[in-house]
Amino acid sequence: MNLAGKGRDLAADTRPWRDPSAEPFLRISALTKRFDDFTAVDAVSLDIFRGELFCLLGGSGCGKSTLLRMLAGFEEPTAGSIVLDGRPMQGVPPHRRPTNMMFQSYALFPHMKVERNIAYGLAREGVGRAEQAARVAEMLRLVKLERFATRKPHQLSGGQRQRVALARALVKRPKLLLLDEPLGALDKKLREETQFELIRIQETLGITFIVVTHDQDEAMTIATRIGVMHEGHIVQIGEPREIYETPVNRFVADFIGSVNLIEARVDAAAPDAMRVITDDLGPVIVPPMAGLRAGQQVWLALRPESIRLGRGPAPEPGRNHLQAVVEEVGYVGHASTYRLRAASGRLLVASSPNRLHDEDPITWDERVHASFAPAAVRVLTE
Amino acid sequence: MSAAPEPPAPRPRRWLPGPRWLVIAVPMAWLLLFFLVPFFVLGRISLSEPMIARPPYSPLWEVLADGTRVWLGNLENYRLLVEDTLYRNAYFSSIRIAAVSTVAALLIGYPMAYYIARAPEPRRTILLLLIILPFWTSFLLRVYAWIGFLQREGLINQALLGLGIIDAPLRMLNTDFAVYIGIVYTYLPFMILPLYANLVKLDEAFLEAAADLGAGPVTTFFTVTLPLSLPGIVAGCMLVFIPAIGEYVIPELLGASGTLMIGRVLWNEFFSANDWTMAAAVAVVMLFVVVAPIMWLQARIDRQGGGT
Repeated sequence: MNLAGKGRDLAADTRPWRDPSAEPFLRISALTKRFDDFTAVDAVSLDIFRGELFCLLGGSGCGKSTLLRMLAGFEEPTAGSIVLDGRPMQGVPPHRRPTNMMFQSYALFPHMKVERNIAYGLAREGVGRAEQAARVAEMLRLVKLERFATRKPHQLSGGQRQRVALARALVKRPKLLLLDEPLGALDKKLREETQFELIRIQETLGITFIVVTHDQDEAMTIATRIGVMHEGHIVQIGEPREIYETPVNRFVADFIGSVNLIEARVDAAAPDAMRVITDDLGPVIVPPMAGLRAGQQVWLALRPESIRLGRGPAPEPGRNHLQAVVEEVGYVGHASTYRLRAASGRLLVASSPNRLHDEDPITWDERVHASFAPAAVRVLTE
Repeated sequence: MSAAPEPPAPRPRRWLPGPRWLVIAVPMAWLLLFFLVPFFVLGRISLSEPMIARPPYSPLWEVLADGTRVWLGNLENYRLLVEDTLYRNAYFSSIRIAAVSTVAALLIGYPMAYYIARAPEPRRTILLLLIILPFWTSFLLRVYAWIGFLQREGLINQALLGLGIIDAPLRMLNTDFAVYIGIVYTYLPFMILPLYANLVKLDEAFLEAAADLGAGPVTTFFTVTLPLSLPGIVAGCMLVFIPAIGEYVIPELLGASGTLMIGRVLWNEFFSANDWTMAAAVAVVMLFVVVAPIMWLQARIDRQGGGT
């Protein structure tokens, strides 16, 4: 197999989801799965393009795993359709689908050596012995497990098992690889290393990945696009930056990263800037947004890193600012997070890089100016 | 018949018996009293010759007038066992009947165990209960019940005649076939229960992984389910094979007069021929016939190590 990065161009240079005329590789339409009276997946529609590394992100019970299992064929949808590479998947059993899955528990066959585990899928296809051996060796090289070919799964560490599971799922060169919490069982440090390993492998092979995860950092790091799921629905689909910077509602804003959510009412719309009234912070200038009525209830999402702290003089005009007292300082190495108490009693979380305050760090009980640009505020209507 | 006791793992020596020793002492004493001692008594009897006396076998020592002791024991009974085709045939016939019954019980029991293991929770408990239910009635009664099914005017013949499938009643009772039926019927729960215990632990993810990698249901069964259930198969087969080899009641009640099984030979030697020494030799040899394959299997499983 040519491992030179032809997949890289697909993933990095073209973004087919931005091109309205692009044909999706996988089209999920109004897919629904009901168990008795519980709706696990509710009319989900989703287009995924060739070479993507798409993350389904959500808390437990949001339906992300059920969606993945319907793609693999383990669950039959109650309604809706899945079309993969032009072929409807309705009624196609798992063993006839051009997809492979990496299981959360890895599900490595305990009675087979690593090489037999990896070769299992090839043997089912009727691939000859010599080719099996060659492709297994290639996969072992890809996941850097050449020395462990003759071990049994129980003789491997968790990280090694994870890589065997990945190799076993990849060896058949599936059109679509489904990964159910692929890094969930690894410890934090190994997980972070493996994230980049996963990206490298995905770009090397150019196979389309769908990854289910509950870990937003993981999704942000590895995904080309993220689909945020909540209670069986896809709430928002977008590139990591879009999801982070322009969340569509309070759930997404709160789920991805940390955020200050402030209740507000629309006061008056101006051509360049819009004003809202908040109980906690008084009037706030926010970016203009179409379709709002005066007096309408909205929420302001403000990321901690958008809040700038200073001791005065008062910040430049055009920014929102307020006086606050520092209640807590949390040092996290490259940055510090501050819990600020505004005059109204409202608590705000701010964070800033430590090198900004190297000389004379802001500390407990200090009175500070907190300011943020109108453009940093995201107005949410739901 | 009990399996060979495992030697306890070596442990640092202690002078005073600790609580662990006390815990082990109870089963050890039990095995010693009810297994090892009777076994040595049997061994001792098998070395004697039958005689009209009480007990009906010769002593092993004779004390001569000058006080010297003379060894009288001999291996005559064992020589006869090897040379006489009656005994050899009985052993082979027992092994054959036990083996065929074991395979039949496995073929019937495996799908049942698999189905129970995959059944949803409330139904699973009920099915397991049904498997154990026959134990609430006497074993003898249940074997007698089979006579009612199998005999000339029995239920099966009447049903088949009534349906017009056969013209004349089939001879089923007092055949080897009836013995197989009896053994498989009686020992089926001993096959199903260990298989069930194994299969219920089988992680569904393995089956899904196999399907995901392109294995149809049949291939999945032979490449994943079956190898992973091997310990259950071995346990179930031993639990059927071992008691079936020494079975006496079932061939006596259901078998033909010509159905030769070692349990029957033993009974005859003991009670009809009143030859305790020969009966003891038959029993000792039977023990080794049964224990040898168990030891071999156990060693194999130990060598494979923690595969599952």
